[in-house]
Amino acid sequence: MLKLERDEREMLAGDLGPARQRAMALLVKYANALGADRFIDIRNVTIIPGSIPNVEIVRKIVPSMDIDEIASRFMLDSDERVVVDKVKAFTTTNATWRDQAYPELQKGSKAHCDLLQRLAEYCKRIGMIHLATCTPYQVGNLPVRGEHIAWTESSAVAYSNSVIGARTNIEGLHSAFAAAITGKIPNWGMHLDRNRRGKVLVEVAVDMSDLREWSLLGYYVASQVGLNLPIYEHINHLPDLTQLMALCAAGISGGSVVMHHLVGITPEAPTVEAASGGRRPEFELRFAAAERRRTYEWLNRSGKDAVDIVALGCPHCTLESLRQIAELLDGKKISANTKLYLTTNSMIKAMGAIQGYNAVIEKAGGLILQDSCCLELAVDPDNVFATNSGKLGHYAPGATGLKHTWFGTLAECIDAAVTGKWRGELP
Amino acid sequence: MSDITLQGRMVHGGVAEGEALVTKSPLGGFGTFDFDSGDIVDLNHEWYGKNIKDKVLVFATASGSSAWTIAHQALRFVDLSPAAYVVRENNPQTALGSVVARRPCITDLNQDPTEVIATGDWVRVDAERGIVEVTKRCAADR
Repeated sequence: MLKLERDEREMLAGDLGPARQRAMALLVKYANALGADRFIDIRNVTIIPGSIPNVEIVRKIVPSMDIDEIASRFMLDSDERVVVDKVKAFTTTNATWRDQAYPELQKGSKAHCDLLQRLAEYCKRIGMIHLATCTPYQVGNLPVRGEHIAWTESSAVAYSNSVIGARTNIEGLHSAFAAAITGKIPNWGMHLDRNRRGKVLVEVAVDMSDLREWSLLGYYVASQVGLNLPIYEHINHLPDLTQLMALCAAGISGGSVVMHHLVGITPEAPTVEAASGGRRPEFELRFAAAERRRTYEWLNRSGKDAVDIVALGCPHCTLESLRQIAELLDGKKISANTKLYLTTNSMIKAMGAIQGYNAVIEKAGGLILQDSCCLELAVDPDNVFATNSGKLGHYAPGATGLKHTWFGTLAECIDAAVTGKWRGELP
Repeated sequence: MSDITLQGRMVHGGVAEGEALVTKSPLGGFGTFDFDSGDIVDLNHEWYGKNIKDKVLVFATASGSSAWTIAHQALRFVDLSPAAYVVRENNPQTALGSVVARRPCITDLNQDPTEVIATGDWVRVDAERGIVEVTKRCAADR
């Protein structure tokens, strides 16, 4: 049974204005749907307005295209138009916006690009920081261990819970917006100690030094564990930021792994016993050569080796990846038949400009898109697509219609961009 | 008369009935639906090519992106919503998703709904009472 504190009751009663009333009403429905017994205070939100439906659907529901009404309907699920003054929590925006410099390259073309720009201005108006990234922890939104937060972006949720030790469920646009307005989220799921314990012990029996392996490991385990949290043990390589991002992204796109434990590496897993809360695992898995190969084959769906599109930067490119890509492309030219797209956020792109990486990549013929996502590209579904991201390989068919997708290492992807041919293989 | 009655917990209220579409797999949101037809377009999913409009969706849990709830709200906006959701294991996406889709949803059932219900069965969901009534489609009709 959900119990409300005084400030929550006041918001629900409308004492603090209609926007907080609508936000609290939505949170109450959500808390009841979860079976939560109370709310918890939060002060850090990541929100995903860039993923609102296409402009035709928005215009159907809000013919006036009034931005406050669009936000009310699509972000707060409110039939009544409410005007939000300022959000209460520190709130940053997720990716899936548009790089305004290239409207024609992305879905929905100029009309959707314009709508998202107006929505970005709205977000800023009400006090959100328009980071426009799926990796807020890279660029200024870094919660602390034990902090309760309300984040969207599945890969960032997994990163927060697993690597940072902050606490969040996979929020949706609507609950995140309501949390930003009220500073509240249901005290349920990953906010509670008992739900953060690992239940499946995974023996990692392959060499984990290459980035590719982290996507494969996450994607395989996601297909096996359901909602149970995995505990990875015997990892032979201390992962870097990019590798951890790949594990988080693959684990939650191939399934629902909102948190994992890496024994001896992540903060809530100094030992298997600590990660499991001293309980026996419900079952055990092994990730060895056969599982690795099977997963690789799931992500490689093409028989065509002429590559049309190479997409990198999912989740948003790190500085280290940008540096590596620039080094691999230095002095080279991308094939006339192939496009190379790289996605990151404005802050990493700005640093790439300072370092000269962007100039090298662009001189080779690559394009660096900011604020956007490779899944927002407008592509011919018959194109052949290559990526080094397990998440992108998973979502590309549904999100873009692509049927021919390759997955491999960063070097294989750069080779495909330069030669126009896929020559990747799993040793 | 229904053949089987399951008892569970309301996630979101309402009463609806329709033909069941059942999977033991999770259901996604982002990159899952075509918003002109209601067809499943996720090549990875066993429901690929199936249409979800007016169906009672019976599935393991929600998977994937936090855009899940946006997709399920959008299905309502384009009049392609499923009739109801019956979910074996509720999670934040199915909870918020059924709220913003404004469709009845039930979870925590006394039997695994993905075992008991088969695709094509007729299912009535009474969320407030926590009841799922299943009328088995006759073998002869299959």
